[in-house]
Amino acid sequence: MNISVQREDFDAGAEMRALSRDPKVGAVASFVGVVREVGMTLEHYPGMTDKALRKIVEEAKGRWKVLDCTVIHRTGELKPTDQIVLVAVASAHRGDAFAACEFIMDFLKTQAPFWKKEAAGWVEARASDDAAAERWTTAAAPTPSRRRR
Amino acid sequence: MKVKVLYFASLREQLGTAGEEIDLPAGVGTVAALRSHLRARGGAWELALAETKLVRAALNQDMVPPSAALKAGDEVAFFPPVTGG
Repeated sequence: MNISVQREDFDAGAEMRALSRDPKVGAVASFVGVVREVGMTLEHYPGMTDKALRKIVEEAKGRWKVLDCTVIHRTGELKPTDQIVLVAVASAHRGDAFAACEFIMDFLKTQAPFWKKEAAGWVEARASDDAAAERWTTAAAPTPSRRRR
Repeated sequence: MKVKVLYFASLREQLGTAGEEIDLPAGVGTVAALRSHLRARGGAWELALAETKLVRAALNQDMVPPSAALKAGDEVAFFPPVTGG
């Protein structure tokens, strides 16, 4: 498990290649979040961020067959088109990688202590993000047993 | 009983401080009670921590519900709902 909270940009391709070095890996699914339209400053809670991200990844590993995972989240000043976040998950088959990647991203949005501030002020949390995280606790949540491999 | 209290994002700006150490009076034993105790300072504290405001809390770097119990030396953080990703 590789967790990093950093000001610097990242190379998503290099991170994904690093995850596929293990010959047991048959699938790497990833998500990259990008700054849209207006610049922002990202604040975080340094003592808690790493711990919160690890907890989310551990939860995902308990639900799906995850071989390895990389989560990178940037902080500080970011401008439009800058990358903000990378979640990349390696597993033997795509079902686990897709589901775990989406789960980690949904929980990062609602549980990891980051806050965005734009020139117009602090970005408000969206109810749709809570709903996205909430759906993983319902009976309809995607699990390997319900997905085709 | 002393605890460390931290404030983040819009809450930090509204309160004008990033954190403080507080010696809690007897009877302030939960996150919710601490929030009420701070609100009683009035002014910006009363506004920013009003019951109608969505404020999340973490205890020793884990998100907790308002009912979470406090002990000496704890680190409590108050912040608005998170918006990362």
